[in-house]
Amino acid sequence: MFNEQLVWAIFFLPLISFALISLIIRPFFNQISVVSGPIAVLSIGASFVISIITFIETTINHNNPVGDPKNWLTIGNFELQVGILLDPLTATMLVVVTGVSLMVQIYSTFYMKNPESHHGTENQDGKRETHSAKPPDDKQEVQPAELGQPVYARYFAYMSLFTASMLGLVMASNVVQLFVFWELVGLCSYLLIGFWFHRPAAAAAAKKAFIVTRVGDFGFLLALMYLFSKTYQENINYLDIQTINDQLPGLVQAGTLGAGALTLIAIGFFVGAIGKSGQFPLHTWLPDAMEGPTPVSALIHAATMVTAGVFLVGRFFPIFQASQDAMMVVALVGGITALFAATMGLVSNDIKRVLAYSTVSQLGYMMLALGIGAYGVAIFHLFTHAFFKALLFLGSGSVNHATGTFDMRFMGGLRKKMPLTYITFLIGSLSLAGIFPLAGFWSKDEILLNSFMSGTDGGEIISLIVFVLAIMAVFMTAFYMFRALFMTFEGEFRGGSEKDPEAKPHGPVHLGESPFLMVVPMVILAVPAVIIGFIANPPGNLLGIEAHWMVHTLDHMYHLPKGEAFNIPLAAVSTLVALSGIALAIAMYKPKPIISAESIGKTLKPLHTILYKKYYFDELYEGVFVRQIYYRGIALASDWSDRNIVDRIVNIVGWLGANFGGLIRQFQNGQIQMYATVTSIGIIVIAAMFIFGD
Amino acid sequence: MNLQDIYLISPELGIGVVAALVIIVDLLVSNKKVLPIVTLVGLLIPLFFVIQIDIDAGSKTGFSGTFQVDDFAIFFKYLILGSTAVVVLSSTEYAKKFEGHQGEYYALILFSATGMMLLASAMELITLYVALELTALPSAALAAFIRERKSAESGIKFLVLSAVSSAVLLYGMVLVYGLTGSTHLSEIGSSITAYGLETSPALLFGIVLITAGFGFKISAVPFQMWAPDVYEGAPTPVTGFLSVASKAAGFAVILRVFYTSFGLDDANIDWANMIAVLSAVSMSVGNLIAIRQNNIKRMLAYSTVAQAGYLMVGLAAITALPGGDDNAGPIGVLFYLAGYAMTNLAAFSVVIAVSNIKNNDSIESFSGLAKGYPLIAVAMTLAMISLIGIPPTVGFMAKIYLFSAAMDTGLEWLAIVGVINSVISAYYYLRVVKVMFLSDPEYKMEKSKTSYGVGAVSAAVIAMVGTFVFGIYPAPILRIAHTAVESLIG
Repeated sequence: MFNEQLVWAIFFLPLISFALISLIIRPFFNQISVVSGPIAVLSIGASFVISIITFIETTINHNNPVGDPKNWLTIGNFELQVGILLDPLTATMLVVVTGVSLMVQIYSTFYMKNPESHHGTENQDGKRETHSAKPPDDKQEVQPAELGQPVYARYFAYMSLFTASMLGLVMASNVVQLFVFWELVGLCSYLLIGFWFHRPAAAAAAKKAFIVTRVGDFGFLLALMYLFSKTYQENINYLDIQTINDQLPGLVQAGTLGAGALTLIAIGFFVGAIGKSGQFPLHTWLPDAMEGPTPVSALIHAATMVTAGVFLVGRFFPIFQASQDAMMVVALVGGITALFAATMGLVSNDIKRVLAYSTVSQLGYMMLALGIGAYGVAIFHLFTHAFFKALLFLGSGSVNHATGTFDMRFMGGLRKKMPLTYITFLIGSLSLAGIFPLAGFWSKDEILLNSFMSGTDGGEIISLIVFVLAIMAVFMTAFYMFRALFMTFEGEFRGGSEKDPEAKPHGPVHLGESPFLMVVPMVILAVPAVIIGFIANPPGNLLGIEAHWMVHTLDHMYHLPKGEAFNIPLAAVSTLVALSGIALAIAMYKPKPIISAESIGKTLKPLHTILYKKYYFDELYEGVFVRQIYYRGIALASDWSDRNIVDRIVNIVGWLGANFGGLIRQFQNGQIQMYATVTSIGIIVIAAMFIFGD
Repeated sequence: MNLQDIYLISPELGIGVVAALVIIVDLLVSNKKVLPIVTLVGLLIPLFFVIQIDIDAGSKTGFSGTFQVDDFAIFFKYLILGSTAVVVLSSTEYAKKFEGHQGEYYALILFSATGMMLLASAMELITLYVALELTALPSAALAAFIRERKSAESGIKFLVLSAVSSAVLLYGMVLVYGLTGSTHLSEIGSSITAYGLETSPALLFGIVLITAGFGFKISAVPFQMWAPDVYEGAPTPVTGFLSVASKAAGFAVILRVFYTSFGLDDANIDWANMIAVLSAVSMSVGNLIAIRQNNIKRMLAYSTVAQAGYLMVGLAAITALPGGDDNAGPIGVLFYLAGYAMTNLAAFSVVIAVSNIKNNDSIESFSGLAKGYPLIAVAMTLAMISLIGIPPTVGFMAKIYLFSAAMDTGLEWLAIVGVINSVISAYYYLRVVKVMFLSDPEYKMEKSKTSYGVGAVSAAVIAMVGTFVFGIYPAPILRIAHTAVESLIG
């Protein structure tokens, strides 16, 4: 029963759903577009079930039914193949992608329904912290014709395409295949961020995401080409991921490939990962990506696509491992990002942006773990993070459903009105903060432990540095999550969209629990957010599950040694740090604060401004890179060369074409005598050249 | 002639019977709308026979060795049947212009297709010549099928010039027969191998003449002069038919004759270089003149000249450098032909659809097409970018294949010329796209009044889907082309 076709089905089911919705339902049956939701949910549900089977078969039964890759394209001696690379990493990613996607799509079947009656869905994700916000402009409120109709089919078509692409990405056995899907998920991300494309902020955010990640993709592509050119002569299947991982480090030891070349390749891959995973310094697109519908943020910009960067490094981990320099870069970038993003989360007032910064920060943790060699731990954190972060995003959507705004300054007092949302959000926050014994605790703790141990025992200075960065981020994470929790759920209700000047249009505020189909996925996701860390990677043998089962399974894949065991003193310290973050948040944001947030904000005004302005990175990129270097420099230079070199050549060719063509057209005079003459002369010339040629 | 012979020729017999049947139905039935349906359903008969022979794998010869059915011939039979079907489908509405002669129209197309299928199997010069004439004569009649001056002119020109080329071809055949003593291609081949070419200028001259005769079929420079005038004047479906099926048959016979008789695979002479030069000239001339055209059919006529040039790259690329694949050139030709058939038929089906409503073949008549009729505008766009050779279309894959074959055989310069030409061609192909998407409609298009025609649009969609799907996954065609070339070269 468990065979290769079944594994392929995981990928093809959502793809079929996409084809069905976009090619049949949307053009021909748009009046019943409501069926596209169930279609998408059913297909991804089936994929999820198969993924679970695949996970169990792969990691527990060690049963790999996948055969050799299939030939896709043969040009001369060049062969391009497609296939599945099925290992514990793939299996884990399959479960994460399909599981979260299933929950999010169930949630979406209600959330995206009927934008007219569901108050201002088109506008509910209104922009907040983009300070270029224009005053409300009636013209922008004019909806294009499409919004009169259900946008349902389009939404689920994109979601299905995204899920299929992401699954294709994690299953790819070949770098070209991987790159194609890598680009496809980028495209889907663009389409979904700009889902409400008539809103300028959404359109701009979509463009920004696409262009910024493109910078990273370019690095990835360059690395691929470099890899290709370096291994072409070595007569190995230089495009197969397994082969690359198995043989490339050996080539370095044998001396056929320089160590510097390997580092370059690894760094190139990592640049791609930086773009996709929103790592410093290409992090700027991810907070803006929150302009997309909230379920999209939950699925793509929290749980799955942004983890593709982490996945990529994990996928080529043997190559990174072979290069000390590359590992150092990964660890440092990860550590810096973890702290840096957390600081910006401290002051944001938009609940989705707080979550976005926290995502960037958590992805930093994963990179950091990879950089210090704790590969299994990194993927373990990716695994647990997916569940509680998706949960938190869905919670923010639920809050928005009630209040019509994302600005926490206009929320408050929702605990009693929305008890289920509150409880699940609280669980997600505790898990993210890393409080014992929730899922986040186990994975975050392993990261801290590994960096601490390799820093103190192994004497790696980098590990020690990133450990310090990480432990500081733990404090901040706990603080900003509970700040958000208190601002949203405690105290008095502060008016929602009716008070928020930037929430448009002022949809009715109806405080109350969200509908069943939105609450159920949150409740379901809350379960793994509590237990999955303990179950998948218990500190000791548990009900037949070995101690540290998941991390060991993943590490075993690359024959890594067993990592550090659970360490109680360090766990206690990290929990204490997190608890103190929570305590500070309570002190500052409980209904009658002990410490006034305003007075601190005033005292530390410059710092607050820097954080609030996101370290001026947008201004730096926009003002310096784009306006100065690009517009004034590169663009002017290429404009000159375009006018004076390219255009000249084109004009010469055009002139030649016109005149040469005109010459030939002299013969094309419509007279067949002329045609026969030309043909005869042609024959004579050819014959003469042949016979007397040599 | 025995039963085996009849079995081998059953696809050609079948298609001939269908042609006769269409004429009879035309006599008996007053509703002419059934004719294309009868034709299309009838085409299943020869298709069935071809599949039957295909399943009986292996090369078989009949009629005392003059007729051979191998994987190579079968490849072309499929291609010709498919192209014919699409042409018939696309002319469903256009055929109303032929007033009382719709039956003859479909029958003539089928007769011409019969000739092409015979051509793919011909192993002997006389058979080959008869098949060639069977292809050409109905085409001449078809070109003159509309009762107006241009169409009549087109038919006459085609007839006269094809007579000239036949004369040239026959003269070449006579020389070759006189010097080798046989009309059988394989015997000519062994005779040439035995005595060598270099010693006999007369034989060389004969071969050049034969080449020129075939060059007319594929409209390669300098035998392309007829194409623009004939293409412009002929009814549009006929133009599409000539540019696709006729060209495919032409390349089939060239490959067959050159590999079986003239020892092209030995490459002991400068064939490759000569063809490479003609290839470069064909693509350059075709592309440069196409830029100046305002009539879409004339533009596509020059485009087919250029495409013939690209195809000849595969003929020139015959001896691979060490490590290369010797068969890459001919495989590339077959693959390119299949891809080109889909692409060009998509383009012509759209031209037919547009002329159904506007009765106008100027490029300007495509103005604003994307606004009213996005589907056919998309089909045309895909066809155009496939003709340029941009992914994700089959034209891109085919060009990669051909140009890399050129690189592998040391013809880097030809590959570079090909790429530069592709860039030049983008100018006039994309002009159509620009007009469709960016220009305002010339006059208001009212959907209700006239129709683009279900047949033409479905033909365009079918061809478009092929262009797209095989642009992403070309392996099936490549696999068939591979076995076909193996059966040709062995």
